[in-house]
Amino acid sequence: MNWFMRWFHRFGSPVWFYRIAGKWLPWLSGLFLLLFIPGLYWGLFVAPTDYQQGESFRIMYVHVPAAWMSMFIYVAMAVCAAIALIWRMKLADVVLICSAPVGASFTFLALITGSLWGKPMWGTYWVWDARLTSELILLFLYLGIMALYNAFEEKRTASRAVAILTLVGVVNIPIIHYSVVWWNTLHQGASVSKMDAPSIHVDMLIPLILLGLAFQVFYVLVLFLRVRAELLDRELNTGWVRQLALEHDDD
Amino acid sequence: MMTEFLQMGGYALYVWPSFALGMLVLLYNVAVPLLTHRAALRRAADFHAGRRTNGEQIQ
Repeated sequence: MNWFMRWFHRFGSPVWFYRIAGKWLPWLSGLFLLLFIPGLYWGLFVAPTDYQQGESFRIMYVHVPAAWMSMFIYVAMAVCAAIALIWRMKLADVVLICSAPVGASFTFLALITGSLWGKPMWGTYWVWDARLTSELILLFLYLGIMALYNAFEEKRTASRAVAILTLVGVVNIPIIHYSVVWWNTLHQGASVSKMDAPSIHVDMLIPLILLGLAFQVFYVLVLFLRVRAELLDRELNTGWVRQLALEHDDD
Repeated sequence: MMTEFLQMGGYALYVWPSFALGMLVLLYNVAVPLLTHRAALRRAADFHAGRRTNGEQIQ
């Protein structure tokens, strides 16, 4: 318990996080490119043409990782919300609010690419089916969280309100995931995360996994960038920001 | 060969905008925090050097 609490407090310290995140940035960027470039190449050039959907299935390589991230980021935010409410950890608030625009952008990407995929395959850009509707609600949740945060002058109050809204909204995540099982949707069921073997050819699956991992690393990378900028602003009056700012001023 | 690839089996109109938007979203997510970080650092430098943000010295 002792080492855990020590780690917990250190991790919650803004100056420590700022430094460590800064050191991780080049490694994360490298790892991202290492996953992203082969994934993109494999997805566009190596993966065979789908026997039903022709070349249009390649939209999957943008759509599915974006959709995965739209849900993953929300769950990460909900975990932060719980930590922030229970232990009053300031860094959890910062991670929560810095994740929201990233999650919103991936949700938007999933919706638009889904629509561009739907037109040639289903004959329509949009239907009010359970999967599409619940994903649209997710976008509104992200936007609502960002709007609510900006509605308060005082950041502590804003953070608490946002943490509560985030926790309430997490009910939407299982609804999105199981929508294709619970309701008769136009959207297809899962192909990868099934209990038995995935129902997708391995040459189609590998780039999907690579790009999925690339998006995951990308989230951590841009989250670190955002958190560092936010910490500088929040800690403006502290000694470590002063030292950093004056060093920067000399250049 | 190249044109065949670009035509995407007749689905070019749907495939390429998807990939283009994907790239835009990635670029947006990198560019915005880099710019905010630079602005925050400049703000902090101005604040601690006793300057206003427009660079003029506080009397």
